[in-house]
Amino acid sequence: MAVVQTRNLTKVFKEGQLGAVNDVNLETREGEFLVFLGPSGSGKTTLLRMIAGLETPTSGEILIGGQIVNDLSPRERRIAMVFQSYALYPHLSVYKNIAFPLKAQKVPKDQQRPKVEWAAGLLGIGALLDRKPRELSGGERQRVALARAIVREPAVFLLDEPLSNLDAKLRASAREELERFHRRVGTTTIYVTHDQVEAMAMGDRVMVLNKGVVHQLGTPTEVYDNPADTFVATFLGSPPMNLSEIGDVIAGFRPEHFRPASTADAGAVPFRFKVENIEYLGSEWIVSGTLAGGKMDGKKVFSRLASAQTLKLGETYDFAVPRRELKFFDRATEKRVEPRSVTWQ
Amino acid sequence: MAIARAKIKSAGAAKSPLLSAAMFTPAVLYILLIVGGPFLLAIFYAFSDARIGNAEMHFVGLENFRSILQSPSFRVAIRNSFIFTIFSQIVVIIGSNILAIALEKTFRGRGLLRFLILLPWVAPIALGAIGWKWILDSIYSVITWVLVALHIYKPYNAPMWLGEPHLAIASVLLVHSWRLMPFSTVILLAGRTAIPKDIPEAAAVDGAGFWRTQLQIMIPMMRPIISVAVLFGLIFTFTDMTVVYILTAGGPFDSTQTLPSLAFATGIQGSDLAAGAAISLFLVPLLVILAYFMLRVAHRAEVS
Repeated sequence: MAVVQTRNLTKVFKEGQLGAVNDVNLETREGEFLVFLGPSGSGKTTLLRMIAGLETPTSGEILIGGQIVNDLSPRERRIAMVFQSYALYPHLSVYKNIAFPLKAQKVPKDQQRPKVEWAAGLLGIGALLDRKPRELSGGERQRVALARAIVREPAVFLLDEPLSNLDAKLRASAREELERFHRRVGTTTIYVTHDQVEAMAMGDRVMVLNKGVVHQLGTPTEVYDNPADTFVATFLGSPPMNLSEIGDVIAGFRPEHFRPASTADAGAVPFRFKVENIEYLGSEWIVSGTLAGGKMDGKKVFSRLASAQTLKLGETYDFAVPRRELKFFDRATEKRVEPRSVTWQ
Repeated sequence: MAIARAKIKSAGAAKSPLLSAAMFTPAVLYILLIVGGPFLLAIFYAFSDARIGNAEMHFVGLENFRSILQSPSFRVAIRNSFIFTIFSQIVVIIGSNILAIALEKTFRGRGLLRFLILLPWVAPIALGAIGWKWILDSIYSVITWVLVALHIYKPYNAPMWLGEPHLAIASVLLVHSWRLMPFSTVILLAGRTAIPKDIPEAAAVDGAGFWRTQLQIMIPMMRPIISVAVLFGLIFTFTDMTVVYILTAGGPFDSTQTLPSLAFATGIQGSDLAAGAAISLFLVPLLVILAYFMLRVAHRAEVS
C-alpha cells in the first residue's frame, strides 16, 4: 500500500493552450478511497492517466510511496487500473485475462493459479474462468476487470469511471460491491467519476475539479455543506445550490433548506416565493419558482420538500432559510467568505 | 442489414421474377464467358493433343498428365510455386507487422511515408518488375556496384543475381515480398487502428513490455485481419507469373519456373497447348482450398 502525491502537476496538450491539468497538488491518505469529481473535460481522467504513467506530465512531480515515479513506466509503478471500457483482452479466457499481469511479472506458473482463484473468488466469478469476455454480462466484465487489477496486489488502485457502462439498476449494486471490496482489501484507491452520487456515496474524500483546476478537496460532507466556491456549490447537489448576488457578495442556500416559513425557526431569513413548477419525484418534491419582492425580486430558485401537496401553481407563499444554512461567496473571486449580515429587503 | 436485404430481395422476387433474373444475367454471363468458358476449354485441351498451328486434335486420356508428372521442370515448378508463395508470405507478414507498428505512431512526414510505402502496390506489376530487373542486372546491377565499391566482391566474381539458380529464387522471392508488403501493411494498419487504445494501455499497466503486448495481445487480436491479408497474398503470389516472366523468364534452366509461368512457357511459347492446359489445371485444387478459406473468413466477418 502506498500514498500518492502530486506536486504542481501540469499537463498541457497543445502549447499556448490552457492546460488540461493545472498545478495540481494532492496527497492521498493511506488506504483511502479518493474520488476525482468533475464535469467532462475537467482533467480528472488526464490526472489519473498521469498517475498511471499513460500520460507524460508537462511539469510537476508524481510520487507513489514517497518515490518520484515520473520516469517510471506504468509497470514499474505498481499500480493497477480499471478502464471505463474494462479493456479486457477479448481473445483470452477470463482465467488468462486475470493471469496476464502475473505472467507479465513473471510470477512462477505454479503460483499463478492460486492467485487467480483467490482474486476470482473475492469477486465471485470463480465459475466464469473458462468463458471469453464476450460471453459475460456488463457486471461480470467489470468484476473480471477488478479481479485482473487486484490479482497482483498493487500499491494503488486507479479506477476510471468503471460504473458508467452499467445500467442504472446494476450501477447501484456494483457501487455497493465496490465499496465493500475496498473495505476488504484496503488498498489506496483513486476513483474518477462525473457522477456526484457515486462521489458522495463512495469517497472518503472528494476532489472537485473543473478545467484542470482543483476547486476543493474534502470529505463528502465538507464539499456539500461547505463548498469552497460557487462552482462546487452548483456542481454538487441536484437541483444545485440557489445562488444570488446581493451587494458585494453572492448568497447561497441549498434547496432543502428553503422551506415554508411555518416550519422554520424564529431567526430564519424570510422570502416571498412564487411557485411556477412542481415536480413529484416519489420520496420528495422539487418546487421551482421566483422570489418576489426585496432585492432579489425575480430570482429563480428551487426548493426541495418532503411534501408539497398544499402548494398551488402561480400562488405566492412565505418561505424562509435558516441563518446558519446561508453561505456567502465573494462576488469577484467566487470563493467562499465568512457569513456576514446582509440587508435582504 | 441482413433483414433489410432479405426484404428487398423477397419483395423484388415477388413482384417480378423476370426482373431479378434480368438483373442476375450480366453477372452469370460474365462468369460463364470469361471464367467458365476458358476453364472448360482447358479441361478439354488437357485430355487432347492440341497444338498451336495444328487443326487436328485427338483424345489422349491421361497421357498429358502422365508426361507432365515425369517432367523435372514440372516438379521444380510445383516446388517453386510453394516456396515463393509461402516464404514471401512469411517475409510479408513479419515486414508488414513491423511497418504497421512503425506507421501507427504519429510523426512528421508520416503521410508521405505511407504514400511511398503504398507505391509498389499501385504501380503496375510489370513496371516494378522491370525496375528490379535493372537493379539485379548482371552488368548494371546497382547492388553489385555497391558491393564492389565496398570491396566485398571483385568485379569478376560478383554474384549474378538472376543467373544462378539459388540467387534467382531468392531474387524472385524478394520481389514478390516487395510487391505484397504495401497491401498487407495497409490492411494490418487498419486492423491495428480498430483495436481500442485501452487494450494496449491496459497491457502496459498490467506490466507487459513491448514484445508481450505485441505477441500476446495485439497480433492475436488481429488474427482475422491478418488471415485476410495472408489469403489475398497467397492467391496473388500463387497465380502470378509477371514477376517470374519478366525477371528470369523461368530461368536459369527452369530453376525459377512456377506453375503459371511453366504453363505459359509450355502451352503458348512452346506451342503444346494440351500440356500447358494440363499444367494449369494443377492450380485448381489448391486455389479451391484457398477460396474455401476466403469464403469462411468473409462469412465470419459478415456474421460478426
